[in-house]
Amino acid sequence: MGEAASQGVVARLISRAVQSVFVVFVAASLTFLLLQLAPGDPISAIADASNVPTEVRAQWRAQQGFDQPVATQYVRWIGNVARGQLGHSTSQQRPVRAVIADRLPNTLLLMGLALGASLLFGASLGAWQATRTGSAADRAVSFTSLVLYSVPEFWFALMLLFVFSYWIPVLPATGMIDVAMHGSMSSGARLWDRLRHLVLPWTALTVMGTAIFARYQRVAMRDALSEQFVRTARAKGLTTWSVYWHAFRTALLPTITLAGLFFPALLTGAVFVERVFGWPGMGSALLTAINSRDYALVSASVIVGSAMTALGSLFADVLRALADPRLRRV
Amino acid sequence: MTVSRPLVKTDPAAPNGWAPNDPLLAVQSLRVTFDTTRGLARAVDGVSFTIAAGETVCVVGESGCGKSVAALSLLRLIPAPGRIESGSEIHFDGMNLLTLNEEALRSVRGRRMSMIFQEPMTALNPVLTVGEQIAEVVRVHTKASRREAWAQAVSMLREVGIADPDVRATEYPHQLSGGMRQRVMIAMALVLEPRLVIADEPTTALDVTIQAQILELLRAQRDRTGLALLLITHDLGVVAEMASRVLVMYAGQIVEEAPVGALFATATHPYTEGLLAAVPRLDQIGGRLRTIPGTVPAATDWPTGCRFRARCPHAFARCETDAPELVQVGPSHRARCHLVQEPSHRKAITP
Amino acid sequence: MTTPVRVPDLSGASLASLSGEMRSMSPVVSSRQRRWRVPFLFIVLLATVAVFAPALAPYSPDIPANYDAIQNLAPSRAHPFGTDGLGRDVLSRVLFASRISLSLAFASVLLSLVLGTSYGAIAGLVGGGIDRWLMRGLDVALSIPRLLLLLAVTAFWENLPLTALIMLLGTTGWFDVARLVRGEVQRLAQQDFVTAARATGVRGARMLRVHVLPHLVPLLIVNATLSVAATIALEAGLSYLGLGVQPPTPSWGNIMAEGSGGMASQWWLSVFPGMATVIAVLACHALGDALRDRFALDQVPA
Repeated sequence: MGEAASQGVVARLISRAVQSVFVVFVAASLTFLLLQLAPGDPISAIADASNVPTEVRAQWRAQQGFDQPVATQYVRWIGNVARGQLGHSTSQQRPVRAVIADRLPNTLLLMGLALGASLLFGASLGAWQATRTGSAADRAVSFTSLVLYSVPEFWFALMLLFVFSYWIPVLPATGMIDVAMHGSMSSGARLWDRLRHLVLPWTALTVMGTAIFARYQRVAMRDALSEQFVRTARAKGLTTWSVYWHAFRTALLPTITLAGLFFPALLTGAVFVERVFGWPGMGSALLTAINSRDYALVSASVIVGSAMTALGSLFADVLRALADPRLRRV
Repeated sequence: MTVSRPLVKTDPAAPNGWAPNDPLLAVQSLRVTFDTTRGLARAVDGVSFTIAAGETVCVVGESGCGKSVAALSLLRLIPAPGRIESGSEIHFDGMNLLTLNEEALRSVRGRRMSMIFQEPMTALNPVLTVGEQIAEVVRVHTKASRREAWAQAVSMLREVGIADPDVRATEYPHQLSGGMRQRVMIAMALVLEPRLVIADEPTTALDVTIQAQILELLRAQRDRTGLALLLITHDLGVVAEMASRVLVMYAGQIVEEAPVGALFATATHPYTEGLLAAVPRLDQIGGRLRTIPGTVPAATDWPTGCRFRARCPHAFARCETDAPELVQVGPSHRARCHLVQEPSHRKAITP
Repeated sequence: MTTPVRVPDLSGASLASLSGEMRSMSPVVSSRQRRWRVPFLFIVLLATVAVFAPALAPYSPDIPANYDAIQNLAPSRAHPFGTDGLGRDVLSRVLFASRISLSLAFASVLLSLVLGTSYGAIAGLVGGGIDRWLMRGLDVALSIPRLLLLLAVTAFWENLPLTALIMLLGTTGWFDVARLVRGEVQRLAQQDFVTAARATGVRGARMLRVHVLPHLVPLLIVNATLSVAATIALEAGLSYLGLGVQPPTPSWGNIMAEGSGGMASQWWLSVFPGMATVIAVLACHALGDALRDRFALDQVPA
C-alpha cells in the first residue's frame, strides 16, 4: 500500500471516529429530550411513592438538580455522559457504570460469538449455494433461510427453550452458570458448565444471523461469479476452486459491510434472547430497568447501544477499505 | 461443382488421426447452441476452419454473428445454458479439445492457448495487483516459486511496453489507464508463450491512438514468439493491418474465407462487399454512406435457404430454396453464395 | 465419434458478458417471474381473515367463552387453540389479534413511506451540501438502534394507545426508505430522459410527479412489503415484552406473553400465535423477495 493509500484509510478512521462521538452526543441529547417530555422524571419511581413526604421529594429533586432550568440540566447531563457518569440505577441499587461494567461483557460475549459464527456459516453457505444456483439443494436452503429469517427471534428462542429444556431436558433453561454448583466445580467442569449454558442462546442468535448472511452472500457471490474477471481466471487455467475463491473474495466485500451494520439487529436479538434464557447481560438488565422505571439505566442503554452501533460501522468501514483497494484512495 | 472437403487430414498411422504437417488448430463443424425461452438459438452453426502455426487469422462480422461464441468455445468457456453440440470437432496441437478432461483442459488454458478479452477493466480482478494476476498464470502452470513468478511478471510487463514495470506491477487495475490495462491483459496471455492466442476485439474499447499501439504490440509479440493469432474484430482496418487470412461470419456461419489481399481485392460474397462498401473513404466526396439494409435475423430463427437473402441485393429464386455451401472462388478463397456458380444473377449496384 | 460435451457449469462467463450477442436472448427464468403469486395469495388470505375475524371467530375474544370458567384448557374440538388463563378462546383471540397486528403494521409502514420518500426525494433532487447534511443526519439516526429507542419511549410513557404506537413505529422506521429513495432519485436525475424533459421546459412538481416518481414505485412497493414483515415481527416482540399492544386488546405478541409463564403447561398460548406471526411475516418476506425479482431491482436483500 502506498503512502497515499494508507492515508486514505487513516482519514476515514478519523472521520468515522468523529461521527461516532457525534452519534453518542445525539443519543444522549435524545434521551434527555425524551426524559423531559415524558411524564414524571428519573426518580419518580421512588420519589413519588405515597409514603414519601412532600418536602423530602423536593429535597431529593433539588439534590439531583431536577429543579434547575432545562438548559442547565442539559449541560450537566452532557457533561456527565462525557465523563462516563451515567447516573444511579434504582433497579440495581448501584451506579449505572457498575451495571454496565458487570453486564455488558456478558452481552458482548454472546453477541460476539454469534456474529462470528453467523458470518462463518452464513458466508460459506451462501457462497456454496451460489455455486449451485437453481439446483434442488440451493432452493431448499434458500427456502429454509427465508423461513428462519421470518421467525421472530424471541419465538424461536422460546421454542428452543421448550424443546431442549423441557421436552428433552438436556440443557439448562436459564443463566450463564449453574449458580449453586459452579463455585465447587473443577476448571474443566466449569468450562463445560459455561458452554452448556451458552449453547441455547448462542444457537438462537446464530441461526438467525446465518440465515441473513447466507441470503446476502448468495446474491453477492452470484454477482461476483458473473463478473468478467471470473471468465478471465478460467481462461488462465485456474482450477474451479481457485476461481470460486477469487469470486468469494470479491463477494465478501459487501458482506463485511453488512456485518458492521449488523449491530442493531444483533442488539435487538440479544435483548429478547437474554430475556428468554435469563442471560445476565445488558438486555435483561434493560428490561428489568423498564419494569421498575429505572430511567437512568434505560437512558444509559440507549447511549451505550448507539455507541456500539457507531463503532460497528466504523470497524466495518475500515475493514472494507483495507480489503478493497478501490476504496483506499478516496 | 466443388464441394467443401474435410479440413483435417486423417493419418491412420498417427494417434488421434493427427499428422505432423497438420494445422495447429482445426475446427470442424462447430455447432454451439443456447437453450433460451424463445427456443434453441444456434449461435454457431457449422463452422470449420484451420489455423496454421504462426498464422494470423481474423474473424470479421457484426454483433450477433457468433464470432465471440465460436472463440469462447475453443477454450470451452461457453456459459450454461449454451453447449457445444455433438458432431463438433476441435483439434489443437495434437489434442482433441472436446474430449479432454477438466485437468488436461486446464493445462491448455493460459499456457498453450490463451485469450485476450475486450474490456480489460472488467476482465481483470479489481482486488489483486496486476503483477499478482500475471504471476498467478505462471505459478498455476509451472513450478516457479512466488519470487520467480513475480520476476517473470515484471519482465513481461516490460516486454509489453509498460514503463517502470516493477512499480506498476504493484498497482491495481483501477489505477491504470485503459491502454495499460489492455497491455496487462496481453502480458497475462503471453507470459507462458502459448502457441495460439485468441484476441476478442482487443482494441474496440480503446481510443484510436491506443488501438494502433496495441496492434503494434501484438504484431511485435507475434514476430518474437511465432504465435498464431486468432483476432476477432468488426473493424476492417484492423483486418487489413494484421491478418494473413480472413474469415467473414454471418448468422452463425462462415460466409467467406480468403487471404487478406484477395478479400479486399476480390470479395465475392455480397455481405463482404457490403462491409467493404460501408467503410467511408477519404477520396469519396459527398454522396451517402453505403449501408447494408435490414438487420441480422434472430439466432432462434435462421431463415431457410441463404441466411443473407433478405438483405442481399442480388438474391434470386434459388437463394430461397437452397442453402449455399462454401464453394471455391480462387486459391484458398471460398464463399458461401450461389452467385459463384451462377454469376449471371449478379446485378449492377447503383452507387 | 464425439459425445455431446456438457460444458461445465459456471465457466465464469455469463450470457450478459457475451458482448451483446446473446444478451437479448438470456433465458428469462419465467417461473421466477411468477413467484410472487403464492405469497400474494397468502397475504390476501390473511387480510381477508383479519377483516372477517368477527364472522370467523367462534367465540368472542374478550368474554370468557364459558361461564363455567373453563380456564387453561388444552386444544380440543370446542376450542381448537385452547383457552387462556381467563377462560377466553385462544383461536378467537388469535383471529382478532390478526386485525391489530396487520393494521398496525400497514399503517406505520405507510407513515414511514411518506416520511422517508419526502426526505429522500428532497435530498436527492436538491443535491449538493444540503444533501450531504441530510444524509449525515440519516447516518446518525440509523446509528441509534430502533428497538432501544422504542423500548425507551415505551418505558417512559407507559401504556401507549394504539395510535401512539403506530406513530412511534412510523417515525422510527423511515430511515432506510429515505436512503433508498435518495439514491434512486439521484440516479434518475442523471438520466438522459430527465435532462431531455428539462430541456423542453418541464420543471419542479411536474418533473417530480410525471418523470421521477413513477420509477420509484417498484422500489417503494418492495420496501413496503419487507417493512411490513419487519414491523409485524417488531410489534410482536414489543407486545411480548409487555410494551406494545396492551391487554385486553389481543395481539399475537401479548398472547405469547401470557403463555411465557407456563411454557410447559400452556404451550398452546405460545405456539399458535407464534405460528400465525411466522406465517404472516414469511408471506410478506416471500412476496417482497419475489417482487424484487419481478421488478428486476438490483438490490442485495435488505
